[in-house]
Amino acid sequence: MENLQLIIPELFISIMIMFLLIFGVFKKNSSQLVYNLTTVSLVAALALIINLEAQIQSSLFNNSYNIDSLARFMKILLILSGIFVMLSSSKYIQISKISKIEYPILILCSILGMMVMISSNDLIVFYMGLELQSLALYVLASFNRDNLLSTESGLKYFVLSALSSGLLLYGCSLIYGFSETTNFNQIMVNTKEIEYGLTFGIVFILVGLAFKISAVPFHMWAPDVYQGSPTSVTVFFALLPKIAALTVFIRFLYIPFYELGDQWQMIIIFLSIASMVFGAVAAIGQKNLKRLIAYSSISHMGYALAGLSTGTTQGVQSSITYITIYLVMNLAFFSCLFMLKRNDEYYENIDDLSGLSKNHPLLSLSLLVVLFSLAGIPPLAGFFAKFYIFVAVINEKMYFLAIVGLLATVIAAFYYLRIIKIIYFDPEKEKFESKHNLGLKFTLVASTFFILAYFIYPSGIVDIISQININ
Amino acid sequence: MNFPILSSLILLPTIGALFIFFVRSSNSQYQSSKYVALFITLANFFLSLYLWIVFDKSIVDFQFVEEREWISGFVNYKVGVDGISILFILLTTFITPICVITVNATIKNRLKDFLIAILILETFMIGVFCSLDLVVFYLFFEAGLIPMFLIIGIWGGERRVYSAFKFFLYTLLGSVLMLVAIISIYWITGTTDVIKLYELGIDAKYQNLLWLAFFSSFAVKTPMWPVHTWLPDAHVEAPTAGSVLLAAILLKMAGYGFIRFSLGLFPDASLYFVPLVYTLSLIAIIYTSLVALMQEDMKKLIAYSSVAHMGFVTLGIFTMTQQGIEGSIFQMISHGLVSAALFLCVGVVYDRLHTRLINRYGGLVSIMPKYAIVFMVFTLGALGLPGTSGFIGEFLVLMGAFKKNILVATIASLGVILGAAYMLWLYKRIIFGKLINEDVKKMVDLKRFEIVTLWLLVLPIIFFGFYPEPLINSIEVSVANMIDMNDLDKINKLALGD
Repeated sequence: MENLQLIIPELFISIMIMFLLIFGVFKKNSSQLVYNLTTVSLVAALALIINLEAQIQSSLFNNSYNIDSLARFMKILLILSGIFVMLSSSKYIQISKISKIEYPILILCSILGMMVMISSNDLIVFYMGLELQSLALYVLASFNRDNLLSTESGLKYFVLSALSSGLLLYGCSLIYGFSETTNFNQIMVNTKEIEYGLTFGIVFILVGLAFKISAVPFHMWAPDVYQGSPTSVTVFFALLPKIAALTVFIRFLYIPFYELGDQWQMIIIFLSIASMVFGAVAAIGQKNLKRLIAYSSISHMGYALAGLSTGTTQGVQSSITYITIYLVMNLAFFSCLFMLKRNDEYYENIDDLSGLSKNHPLLSLSLLVVLFSLAGIPPLAGFFAKFYIFVAVINEKMYFLAIVGLLATVIAAFYYLRIIKIIYFDPEKEKFESKHNLGLKFTLVASTFFILAYFIYPSGIVDIISQININ
Repeated sequence: MNFPILSSLILLPTIGALFIFFVRSSNSQYQSSKYVALFITLANFFLSLYLWIVFDKSIVDFQFVEEREWISGFVNYKVGVDGISILFILLTTFITPICVITVNATIKNRLKDFLIAILILETFMIGVFCSLDLVVFYLFFEAGLIPMFLIIGIWGGERRVYSAFKFFLYTLLGSVLMLVAIISIYWITGTTDVIKLYELGIDAKYQNLLWLAFFSSFAVKTPMWPVHTWLPDAHVEAPTAGSVLLAAILLKMAGYGFIRFSLGLFPDASLYFVPLVYTLSLIAIIYTSLVALMQEDMKKLIAYSSVAHMGFVTLGIFTMTQQGIEGSIFQMISHGLVSAALFLCVGVVYDRLHTRLINRYGGLVSIMPKYAIVFMVFTLGALGLPGTSGFIGEFLVLMGAFKKNILVATIASLGVILGAAYMLWLYKRIIFGKLINEDVKKMVDLKRFEIVTLWLLVLPIIFFGFYPEPLINSIEVSVANMIDMNDLDKINKLALGD
């Protein structure tokens, strides 16, 4: 029982969910208060995680729940992103009239599910975490229930996600059938020989996971859900589920299936190339910024997968670095999106940015930095993210993947440049509001500064990540 | 030497840019930001001049080397100069203040942003010329795209968007393969440190592919035929200061890269690809000269002449002889001065008449005599008249080429004649002839700041034309060492069957 202290953060969040639910029901008009309390409890959870001993490496509950350096780092990343998402979107949910007590509580539920996913070392625990986060996300996607697009996106996400969960579960059952266990470590021991059923199981699981991080060809839901959901939910979609899904990807590929590298490597390479190229090409024609960033994130996930496909520790570390920098860039991008507000209405089309630089020089500068960074132009953080990936990929002599990936960055550069062109070269439009709440401003300034100043000390994050132990 | 003089050179413009950025903007202070920029760039120029004076020209090693850990265990931030790179740094710091002076007339809106872009660009340009690590080089090389893209796109002419995109995407596409090559070099040799790589050498079996990857980047940037088409567009649409920086310095990055990396790291592959480079260079020299003859737009004409001149540069580098390489470097410096001056000259008349079409002008000699004089000097410099710096470069290149291949040298010499043809014809159509156009009569002669900037460029062009010794002195040892170290002579002899 003394091991229970290792899951104090999870327990704390569960208790906060129940407490806030009851509190919100009994206290009238408390939506804003609950929202703030949620943010505070996330900060507290972050403190609890950091407070756990860093080097600890242990598993609980009959080796089905893992507390290791990977879980620790990913959870810190997760909760930090959660806090910044909450900070930046508080004003948005008030103005969009979706400020209800359920909203922050659902976010907490989803985060709890992701934490379970990140730590899971067992098929059943993993599936439980996955469903907890997904069910909360279905509701969040359609939270603006009077809006047709929002309900559509919720329903679409639900149907497709349920399908993929079904595939995933089927894969899990196949794996169980052929390895006689659900524990990750045990699966590795029991699956020395390759059997067809096992390969099918791996494929089904990878399909399910690819759906969660919206890798091509399982990306269909992403653009619609990104566009239809309230922006505050879109930013959540763009950041947090990616962290959890990528961690699970790492765990599956590098613990139970590590020995079966030949079986999954081609699949991951295909997913990676397809995502990089398709994401870059499809984004060119987009008019809506949220839809565009959906395609852009598909493309970015392709790069993260490219790191995983190497099958080396270095590759995994480069993927984790990539996702870290990706989170910051997307956070900055969405913070800019939250600032495009005029008369209590948010604007999200690319044309609305026309001539932004004349009226809002600082906001435009941040967008400029973010977009060039997303395009991977040095010396911004986005370049280093790609750089680490390609270092890992080329080390494995996978030149084809590297060259395709780099050519995709050139294609992708085109649509990022198009936005910059609209901001800087086009005639100006009406001004947006220039007053924003402190949390949003802080998020934008902090993330932009990170992107801009990353090159001064690039070793910082890499050093932390290089201490993560995979096996 | 503990004072990090090179890092100061790199950082100073950025600090200036930050200063301008944080000063509150109002119309009156636009002027002050210009003085800040001028002060910073001049300070940088004198700092680099000091660097040139204390630089020991008789030593082959890199000097003022600074090294710091950067990406831990992988890449070190390493800068240093030898006799070749110091000249390019000097050229950069000399041209940038001139660009800052010209903003007076050419930039009407967002002066502050423009100055910031120029200063940031200067940081990157100096960084390219003194980085001694491949990754650091790549970083600076690519980063320069951002400010240049904005300079063309925000302050450019009518088709600025098209040109800016073309410039950016062409260069980026060329460069990505270089990144693959750099990372591959790291995995082959275990370092990206240029000095160490010079010592280690790269296995000949990898060289050809790596050379091609670097070539794809430098060929676009040079630009060599057939990937030169972005240059005329970018030049035509960019504001005067942008054109000047593009022609004078950005193009030289590629020539510098050819010498430092293609020759230095892949000598065997360089030799292998000599016929390719000769062919492309000759096509560039002859074809683009002919194209230049047909141009009706002044800036386009000069842009095509730049391609032709850079053809001489690549030809000279790949003769792999002392004269050829020295000639190429000299040609690059000279072209940096001359083309900058020519674009400034175009800028002068464009500001007055707002057209770049050659046939709208004519007979300027009687209205703008001072302009006619300086323009004459630059025209002669561009066509390589003895007594101007252009002559020395072309002469040395051709000398190197004659040593290697008489046919190639003969064809290249034809380019000199064509160069004289289009430059003199341009001069004739603009400066002489009848004064028919009414608007032209109202044009005023050079203003004071224009006289200053243009004469600042006349002086070195003529000075180095008569006395090239300081420049040659500076590069001689480094070039000899480069040839010596890579046994280029020996390789040459083997190839020739001696």
